[in-house]
Amino acid sequence: MKKITKEVYLKWYEDMLFWRKFEDKLAAVYIQQKVRGFLHLYNGQEAVLAGALHAMDLTKDRMITAYRNHVQPIGMGVDPRRVMAELYGKVTGTSKGMGGSMHIFSKEHRFYGGHGIVGGQIPLGAGLAFADKYFKRDSVTLCYMGDGAVRQGSLHESFNLAMLWQLPVVFICENNGYAMGTSVARTSHSTEIWKLGLGYEMPCGPVDGMDPVTVAEEMSKAIERARSGGGPTFLEMKTYRYRGHSMSDAQHYRTKEEVEEYKKIDPITQVLNVIKEKKYATDDEIKAIDDRVKKLVKECEKFAEESDYPPVQQLYDVVYEQENYPFVEHKI
Amino acid sequence: MKTIQFREAIAEAMSEEMRRDESIYLMGEEVAEYNGAYKASKGMLDEFGPRRVIDTPISELGFAGVGVGSAMNGNRPIIEFMTFNFALVGIDQIINNAAKIRQMSGGQFDCPIVFRGPTASAGQLAATHSQAFESWYANCPGLKVVVPSNPKDAKGLLKSAIRDNDPVIFMESEQMYGDKGEVPEGEYTIPLGVAEIKREGKDVTIVSFGKIIKEAYKAAEELEKEGIECEIIDLRTVKPMDTEAILRSVKKTNRLVILEEAWPFGNVATEITYQVQQKAFDYLDAPIAKINTADTPAPYSPVLLEEWLPNHEDVIRAVKKVMYK
Ligand SMILES: Cc1ncc(C[n+]2csc(CCOP(=O)(O)OP(=O)(O)O)c2C)c(N)n1
Ligand SMILES: [Mg+2]
Repeated sequence: MKKITKEVYLKWYEDMLFWRKFEDKLAAVYIQQKVRGFLHLYNGQEAVLAGALHAMDLTKDRMITAYRNHVQPIGMGVDPRRVMAELYGKVTGTSKGMGGSMHIFSKEHRFYGGHGIVGGQIPLGAGLAFADKYFKRDSVTLCYMGDGAVRQGSLHESFNLAMLWQLPVVFICENNGYAMGTSVARTSHSTEIWKLGLGYEMPCGPVDGMDPVTVAEEMSKAIERARSGGGPTFLEMKTYRYRGHSMSDAQHYRTKEEVEEYKKIDPITQVLNVIKEKKYATDDEIKAIDDRVKKLVKECEKFAEESDYPPVQQLYDVVYEQENYPFVEHKI
Repeated sequence: MKTIQFREAIAEAMSEEMRRDESIYLMGEEVAEYNGAYKASKGMLDEFGPRRVIDTPISELGFAGVGVGSAMNGNRPIIEFMTFNFALVGIDQIINNAAKIRQMSGGQFDCPIVFRGPTASAGQLAATHSQAFESWYANCPGLKVVVPSNPKDAKGLLKSAIRDNDPVIFMESEQMYGDKGEVPEGEYTIPLGVAEIKREGKDVTIVSFGKIIKEAYKAAEELEKEGIECEIIDLRTVKPMDTEAILRSVKKTNRLVILEEAWPFGNVATEITYQVQQKAFDYLDAPIAKINTADTPAPYSPVLLEEWLPNHEDVIRAVKKVMYK
């Protein structure tokens, strides 16, 4: 595994803080109705991403996830201004405004979405890995899903196929405790999600998903295994989401105290504490990071605000590759 | 009469039926403790308990199939999909099992099951969350398809759907759950397969169903100011279709506009068009017009969504076109 140096800590702090603030901004502009539809925020789960990015080879590895997907592409190198613009439905967005919150994609940065049907991305993750194995590339695919998604048949079929064909994929369940208002305990006889790997003899285990160091260590092993031909791994990241499922969630299914408990082990705070303890940065340097983050969030908002909506013709332009495809008319 | 919300009409229909028949249960994601993702089963867990109001994991294929299996063995399940977009994960159980069990078994098995949940678009939810599959289900023999447009119809039709001994697809809308409307105080049902004239008129017939019919109402009001009288037929049940009601109206108005929130190729409107030209060709004074969603997946961006989704202005334009105005 790449060493976790002072620079890594500082990067983690800046990245995670930016993701958090970026999404706080999204929540704010959602209330102003500038962003519409569903909005699923990642607040609290940042360590799962930060640790994984450290373990990945960002020149060739791939990632795919569900609809809680705004910050992963940013972590992989996508311009955050374009992610914000996508949520505004602007033509400068990552999908030109076609996809919105749940469907961020970046072919350039090997981020394969952004999927709104729970569990739908799991076979796709295996498929991305299938192509890499087929073409004898040494890329590894990280395939994320929620604790609710593991109850879909797609997971079980994909696990079997991935093991059968020894695909270079790491399946990662982000267990944030709830699928909408349903706790893990209410969806399964066994609450230890990582054990789902056992039936397929897939290497598997639980991971502290609030600590980027642990995540990075476990992800590194899994990615190494996949890259060297050892096949898939299934990791259950124990994490937590601070906000509601989407924006209209009264959260009667949990207590405020529970949320506060998790905030005590907040990944950003954990990383900041190490930075302070080990004197990796002075207070002024930390403040400089905070200021940079604030400034970049503002820039994202401004970019999204000032961008244009797509031309109406775009409705048709991106459905088929074929030019002049004969669409059936829908209005008189 | 009393005034209730659409979601209350759904809850009342289910609760009343569950009170009279112990074999009925409600199953789906978030239906019990959360009171329904859209609160359409509010209070039902409290009244009926977890044996009959059952939260599921996100396993549409599994619980759709459990519903069918239990229907073959004495239950009368109501299976809720959080939306019908997600029913696609379980559609094999609906098409290959629910719709065919009676026929394949030579009539031995009833399959008294209702699959219900919201259909079609609900704002800027983009491609996977805005789909209308009425015509897909209607295309499959063995299923009935019901799509109410107001609380009164919803309650009466859902009760009939639950009592029906064949599988019924019952489609609602996130954007209708808050709608208020009058419903009779006492017990009532509305038979499946019967359309209703929601507005009488002599100049042009507009056929529609589900939440999009509200755009037809708006259009009719505007057009009234210009002296054009629209007759609006609410199909209520898409399959079996009340073709006679449509024909009666077309024979009176001689003009037909169909408003359906669905992709335009091979949809419910297409079937109506066939039936009317076949059975009332000589009565038509103009080609039939249909208004649908664009022949593309739903876009997210508001400007594109506006173009994609039919609205009352589109209806007005179509009416004027068939009236040569
Ligand atoms: C097939 C399908 N069923 C239901 C839904 C509605 N839905 C969206 S998110 C969600 C909960 C998913 O929870 P989880 O997998 O734990 O992910 P999290 O939201 O916690 O990140 C549900 C039920 C859906 N989008 N797709
Ligand atoms: Mg979850």
